Amino acid sequence: MPDVQALVNDFVNQLKKRKIEGSQATAKQTAELLRSVISQQRVPHTNQAAALINAVRAVGEQLIAANPVELAVGNIVRRTLHIIREEDLSLATAAMAGLGLSVASDDEDDMERSDHPVLSAAAVAAAARSTLRPPSLQTLLEDMPDSAAVPHTSSSGGDSEGKSRSVDKGSRGRKLKHDVIEAVNELIQDISTCYEQIAEQAVEHIHQNEVILTLGSSKTVLEFLCAAKDKKRSFKVFVAEGAPRYQGHLLAKDLAARGLQTTVITDSAVFAMISRVNMVIVGAHAVMANGGVIAPVGLNMVALAAQRHAVPFVILAGSHKLCPLYPHNPEVLLNELRSPSELLDFGEFSDCMDSASGAGSLHIVNPTFDYVPPKLVSLFITDTGGHNPSYMYRLIADYYSADDLVVKGRPTTGS
Amino acid sequence: MDPSRRAPRSAIDPVPKFRQVGFFTPGAPPERSQSGPPDPTHSPPVSDVSPSANSLSPVMIPPPRHLSDNLAIHARPTLASPLRAESLAAGGGGSSFGDFFPAPMSPATQASSSYSSRMAAGEGSFFDRHGVRGDKGNNNGKVASSFPRGGFDLTAMKKVSGGGGGGGSGAGVPASELTTVSVVNDSLAIHEKEKANRGGGSAVEAKDQSTGSKQQKPKTTKAERRALQESQRAAKAAAKAEGNKASGTATSANAKPAKAVKPTPKVDNAAVAASEKKGGDCPPEKDRKKDVPQPRMQYDDKSRVEKAKRRAMVKQTEARNRVELFRHLPQYEHGSQLPDLESKFFHLDPVHPTVYKVGLQYLSGDICGANARCIAMLQAFQEAIKDYRVPPEKTLVRDLTAKIGSYVSFLNECRPISISMGNAIRFLKSRIAKLPLTVSESEAKVSLQSDIERFISEKIILANKVIVKHAVTKIRDGDVLLTYGSSSAVEMILLHAHELGKQFRVVVVDSRPKLRGQILLRRLLEKGLNCEYTHINAVSYIMHEVTRVFLGASSVLSNGTVYSRVGTACVAMVAHEFRVPVIVCCEAYKFHERVQLDSICSNELGDPDIISNVRGREGVNYLDGWANVENLQLLNLIYDATPSDYVSMIVTDYGMVPPTSVPVIVREYGREQVWI
Repeated sequence: MPDVQALVNDFVNQLKKRKIEGSQATAKQTAELLRSVISQQRVPHTNQAAALINAVRAVGEQLIAANPVELAVGNIVRRTLHIIREEDLSLATAAMAGLGLSVASDDEDDMERSDHPVLSAAAVAAAARSTLRPPSLQTLLEDMPDSAAVPHTSSSGGDSEGKSRSVDKGSRGRKLKHDVIEAVNELIQDISTCYEQIAEQAVEHIHQNEVILTLGSSKTVLEFLCAAKDKKRSFKVFVAEGAPRYQGHLLAKDLAARGLQTTVITDSAVFAMISRVNMVIVGAHAVMANGGVIAPVGLNMVALAAQRHAVPFVILAGSHKLCPLYPHNPEVLLNELRSPSELLDFGEFSDCMDSASGAGSLHIVNPTFDYVPPKLVSLFITDTGGHNPSYMYRLIADYYSADDLVVKGRPTTGS
Repeated sequence: MDPSRRAPRSAIDPVPKFRQVGFFTPGAPPERSQSGPPDPTHSPPVSDVSPSANSLSPVMIPPPRHLSDNLAIHARPTLASPLRAESLAAGGGGSSFGDFFPAPMSPATQASSSYSSRMAAGEGSFFDRHGVRGDKGNNNGKVASSFPRGGFDLTAMKKVSGGGGGGGSGAGVPASELTTVSVVNDSLAIHEKEKANRGGGSAVEAKDQSTGSKQQKPKTTKAERRALQESQRAAKAAAKAEGNKASGTATSANAKPAKAVKPTPKVDNAAVAASEKKGGDCPPEKDRKKDVPQPRMQYDDKSRVEKAKRRAMVKQTEARNRVELFRHLPQYEHGSQLPDLESKFFHLDPVHPTVYKVGLQYLSGDICGANARCIAMLQAFQEAIKDYRVPPEKTLVRDLTAKIGSYVSFLNECRPISISMGNAIRFLKSRIAKLPLTVSESEAKVSLQSDIERFISEKIILANKVIVKHAVTKIRDGDVLLTYGSSSAVEMILLHAHELGKQFRVVVVDSRPKLRGQILLRRLLEKGLNCEYTHINAVSYIMHEVTRVFLGASSVLSNGTVYSRVGTACVAMVAHEFRVPVIVCCEAYKFHERVQLDSICSNELGDPDIISNVRGREGVNYLDGWANVENLQLLNLIYDATPSDYVSMIVTDYGMVPPTSVPVIVREYGREQVWI
């Protein structure tokens, strides 16, 4: 599979050079790359899942090392691993079921579900999550029968486009790969549609005449605000420009073009303006397992100001931004210092520094991210709904399996 | 006069940190200066003073001025003696003044630099004189602290230095400008000087005493009673002076003005002073009511705006795309009126050219920073007063006040005046109002000019030096100091600490659109400091390694709110969150009795266009042509209000105080006193 290796190298280079902007694009490309890795991977007859896992893990390791602060890469790698594990598990249970453990398939769930193509256990689980079904006692009880019943139905019903000949041992390898690829496709789909799912909730959170503040630019925020605007809400938006990248200008322009009352303010005016703001809505770079947020630089300041004035601080984050890691010393480890040229022109101060005595040194600090501790966050809005910071660990546990937290072969830190 | 009489007055404290209370006669013998701690209760009958129980700041409370005080040399409230002497001695270079003006000046700032050089020259001589005196007075550092109130009564000063040098032999009658005759034990040279100086000095003194008496005003009833008593006494003294020449008997502890008795001008002064004193002291309630600042112009009040516009000489066009929240503040399109005004330069009658120039510099942003703006304005006024002629059939007091008022409104049209400038203007106007009616035009002008000079040197330049002295004690080796924007006081502190050989690092935090931090950064680097530079968004990234935050302020309001460059609140908030002490450096003349809770009710709006184009980043041009987008507004706030709980300490020329003590300073020391 030389072509895969080439693809991987290419992507690694892009990551290293920070050519890919935004965690959403990164996540999507990572998932696509992993999909091709899986499809190219030869699977032995025994222990196919392990083979796939090893392949994905090897690639994932490279990708994570290429840009350790782009946590979305690690998230997607872990989720792919999780998908493989789940698929393997479901196939195994299906095989057991096929071996004669006849399962009563007269659940009402079964009837209700047979009208749409049933893909796999992971897909079902994802569907269950995306329908925002609360974890009721009933679902907990039905969890076991469900996973057993699904393959059974598909095999017996034969209405699932013939993709699950799970009982057939010979085709089981292809079946696993196929299922995994389907699930990864689902994941990619999820990533690219997370905007809409988040934006759908906009009207529930924005009221008439609200004043909203945001900083920098985030496509999620743009879609969120526009969705509320489309629902005939009228409100005002303050956009802090977000030095040193000034993405806020872009956001402001887009918002104004869509007919929202938009005011651009400097970052320094955030504290002055926040007292007149009803809600802060911002995007995130990554959400950590403790509910802390790695966010564009400046947001810690905004969050503090919001806390001071009791303004709700809402983070919008697609599920690909949920990271199963805990932040330790987040200001330093999970950050990245960008080029000084964004602050000062090259050589601007060279005239006053080249004193031979060595006196007078100048360091330019231009970090990319801020860490917002969970206590400053009022609410997370993900594609599965709104959550408290304290709930994030549980949400994250849905997406990842504990075995994958450390992606590297050696038991050192994952990223 | 016998020393015994003066003895209780010269309560002088060997430790500079404690302030003397009471006032000092120039000839106080040095040995007396060691005479124990200040004892407010023993101050002379006239003067006594509110107990200086303010433990937070070493504060000296000057007593009300008496007629006799013209003769006495006064201790300035703000200054610790050694510092004073030193700073004065060092001040000759005039560099201190230049500190207020940023290094890179556009051609248009030429004027200001010429000001500064001129000013420096003037200052130089001023300082030199003092310097001499300070040196002489070294043997008793106390005398050094007891500085003449006005820097211009040379005679008195000479006298002191002579007296100090003579080891107290000069304990005789202090020199007074009021009379050349009565000077007893002075050299001829001094007499010469005196004569030369007389014109200005007398007016100054006359005014001084009136303000001095006013200082007591905001006090409690006791003070008021005392004031009343004083004024009566003064009236009596005046009458006496008129009647007979010498009331030199001076039985009471407050030396009578009469000591200096004699020629006609003096009589006038005394009489006028007395009447003024009455005016100043007796109706404090009424006065206070009158002094309540007029409500600021609210720009959403259409009729008033129209009225103001008709009067305005700067043709401002209202900016489009106003931010709804800030309708009450003026916002104009920038860039259009500057060339227009420039072309009008030579045929603008009502505004003095210097004032005009300063106005244009405000408009173009060449002069910014509270101190620099204030100094430029005062110097322009000084020029204007110099060239001022009282029109026939008008009185100086009224006409000049109106004149200054029109200048101020012109400057206000160029750029809304800051609180510190407002304070300076009020100072100047009160000075004009208190000019004795009988004083001649030239004398009045000279005295006003010297008042302005003194305000600049004492309230701004020397205050800064005191602040530096105080703040520098808060810098330790190994500190990482963070500062925001470019504050002249903070810069002086950093440079001074560096000169002292302290090892520290400076983090300069900057923000768009002005990027004033780069100016500071350049100046610090040139002096060889180790610096880090970052933008305000990264402040929480950098804060965990910072040990102190030093901030400048445009004003400190009496609820402790620090009104300063926008972004200061953010920095203070983050520092507070990281448990880093926030030290605000602000001269007392910037204090104001107003209160403010947010940054919206009162603020200043800058040019919104600056927001749209990012300097040095051509790639960022998304907002070009923003004015044509219907729903898009750009907001360029200039100031914000930092809540007092983010501020650990305010360093001012009265000492280092917590923000809760600001109203105390504003109140206890009275506006008159704070401003001179």
